[in-house]
Amino acid sequence: MIPLLASKLILKCLERENVEFVFGYPGGALLPLYEAFRTSPIKHILVRNEQTAPHYASGYARESGRVGVCLATSGPGATNLVTGIATAYLDSIPIVAITGQVDRALIGTDAFQEADITGATAPFTKHSYLVQNAADIPRIIREAFHIASTGRPGPVLIDIPRDVQLENVKTGLTYDKVDIMGYKPNLNGHSGQIKRAIKKIKEAEKPVIYAGGGVVLGNAQTELLAFAEKNNIPVITSLMGIGAFPEDHPLYCGIVGSHGYKYSNVVMNGADLIINIGARMSNRATSHLTKFEKDTDFVHIDIDPAEIGKNMETSIPIVGDAKTVLSELIQKDTIKDHAAWLAEIETIRINNPLVYDADPPCSDLINPKVLFKDMSEMTANNTTVVGDVGLNQIWSALYYRIIKDRRYYTSGGLGTMGYSIPAACGAAFATLDKPKEIFIVCGDGSFQMSMGELGVIAEHQLNVNIILITNTKLGMVRQLQFDNYGKGHYSGTDINFDIDFMKLAEAYGIKSYKVDKNADFNKVLPEVIKHQGPTLIQCQVHPDFIRI
Amino acid sequence: MEKKTCLSLLVENNFGVLSRISGLFARRGYNIDSLTVGTTENAELSRITITVTGDDQILTQIKKQLNKLIDVITVIELKPDDSIIRELVFIKVKADDTTRSQIVEIANMFRANIVDVSRESLVIEITGTRYKIEGFFEMVEPYGILEFVRSGDTGLQRGGRILSH
Repeated sequence: MIPLLASKLILKCLERENVEFVFGYPGGALLPLYEAFRTSPIKHILVRNEQTAPHYASGYARESGRVGVCLATSGPGATNLVTGIATAYLDSIPIVAITGQVDRALIGTDAFQEADITGATAPFTKHSYLVQNAADIPRIIREAFHIASTGRPGPVLIDIPRDVQLENVKTGLTYDKVDIMGYKPNLNGHSGQIKRAIKKIKEAEKPVIYAGGGVVLGNAQTELLAFAEKNNIPVITSLMGIGAFPEDHPLYCGIVGSHGYKYSNVVMNGADLIINIGARMSNRATSHLTKFEKDTDFVHIDIDPAEIGKNMETSIPIVGDAKTVLSELIQKDTIKDHAAWLAEIETIRINNPLVYDADPPCSDLINPKVLFKDMSEMTANNTTVVGDVGLNQIWSALYYRIIKDRRYYTSGGLGTMGYSIPAACGAAFATLDKPKEIFIVCGDGSFQMSMGELGVIAEHQLNVNIILITNTKLGMVRQLQFDNYGKGHYSGTDINFDIDFMKLAEAYGIKSYKVDKNADFNKVLPEVIKHQGPTLIQCQVHPDFIRI
Repeated sequence: MEKKTCLSLLVENNFGVLSRISGLFARRGYNIDSLTVGTTENAELSRITITVTGDDQILTQIKKQLNKLIDVITVIELKPDDSIIRELVFIKVKADDTTRSQIVEIANMFRANIVDVSRESLVIEITGTRYKIEGFFEMVEPYGILEFVRSGDTGLQRGGRILSH
């Protein structure tokens, strides 16, 4: 076999994994790999800061259902990936991060641009590799993609010293069957547990399905719909579970949690059986669930055994993949109409309505709740909305309706500001061949965390539309300051310089609009949708509009 | 209720495996009482014995979190009833002409070995269960313990069962 340069072998291995795009930023320790990129069919997308690269990979992965890949050089390049890798870990998004490393002989000497990135990321990678031998590359890359995308998905990091990239290897692509002794994810639910779950479901008078990110990641929406409809069980989702169940369905019961709908929390509190599918019951989701009946039963279906019983005592654990387990549950005969319970829920819903109204002076400017409600009516059924972190996230999550093939992505677990722009770009790259409507929703705070990426949007003329909600405040923290310390107790939450975002967009050649009335937004939106290429709509919201 | 538990792990001898395991304990706030590592009959695998203190919920989480690590092949709990768990301890005790023979006598009763003698001290090697070692400490304490070092628990299941199966 003709020896192959390891840097070329790396890209050949990525090709074998069907990688189309690598989101990266070059540097000294990656010179050999970037030289190999020149002749590779894999497209390298130059991000503007390594911090955003994992978010691109994340958005790409969520939109395409495939593994996203990001790349950064050793030292500061690698450490810049850390927050994005942690973001993907907390949301279980399959990405592979590749980092350059200093030469093997220099490791441990505090060499220029050396950082222990496998050590730094150990707490929030599913697994990581430091490649010490170029011959291991085909096995490591195959394993990394396998680990990232199977079981509970998550980020895997591969750290490759510069001199390893320069080795000549004869192994070729011979390695293809993955066999990792300590990694055999279990997809099928235990049949005995499934029987016990069915029994509980049959007995329950007030059952609720609590659907989390696992349903979305496991592509189990169809099965969930069939299961819920067959048994007339209402469905509540977590923030990560948005998109697990159509929001226009009569059995849909909203989003739970401290930032969820009030009625959803009331419904969940009243249930006698909670069927948790792929949600980890984090503190943010359960903090408003204080009044569980003593005899509330929990069936917890999760692909990760460690999630079961971690945050909530479980009556019946089922370890398995959401799609597989739901398919088995559908087979069983558990039909009940739950008419009384559904009627009770209807009363709860009527007694805890969504409140859209605002008083002056807030009502003088854009009402963001109405904005997303209107947007729900005016956008296509396959729209992707990427929410950032903050009030913008909660408004878009609660008031933009995810129906049909719409999708909603956000950094739900880690709450990473600056996620929306790069993640939406990643989703746009995943749909280049069949462009769709992709909306970025961010505030003036989160926008400024990733605004360098406007360069990528402009360079590639990505079809993304930025809904920039401006109130010259860091709204959510300000809301927390108000709630915890009282009116006027604001600290560090003013963005005092009022940026001319129109000029900024103009500098990048991005078509932009500024609106301060909902009616004007509704006039602009169809234009934005029609426009091929990137746009930005700045929406002025009053600083005191802090209600969600 | 908190209790001590002894876990036995079979792991792949990969780069960073020990730091992954100890890091897991640190970041999730679990306490390690002791940890020992060594080679096995298979050069690609290592065996780790960890003693931890925690309630049932924490111990279950620890086992699950350890199992999640890709390098970890098996995790079992060594139950006192059907396992052998021992620790090796070296203890340096103050000993002069008047006390030396008494200490040697105590060591003999515990089947401990004297491995070093000087004018002012003895070094005693003792192997045994936690209870035996505690008992020994109690007996030599009045003579003055200068320093000691403990290997941490290590153990095997009784009978024909093998961890790699």
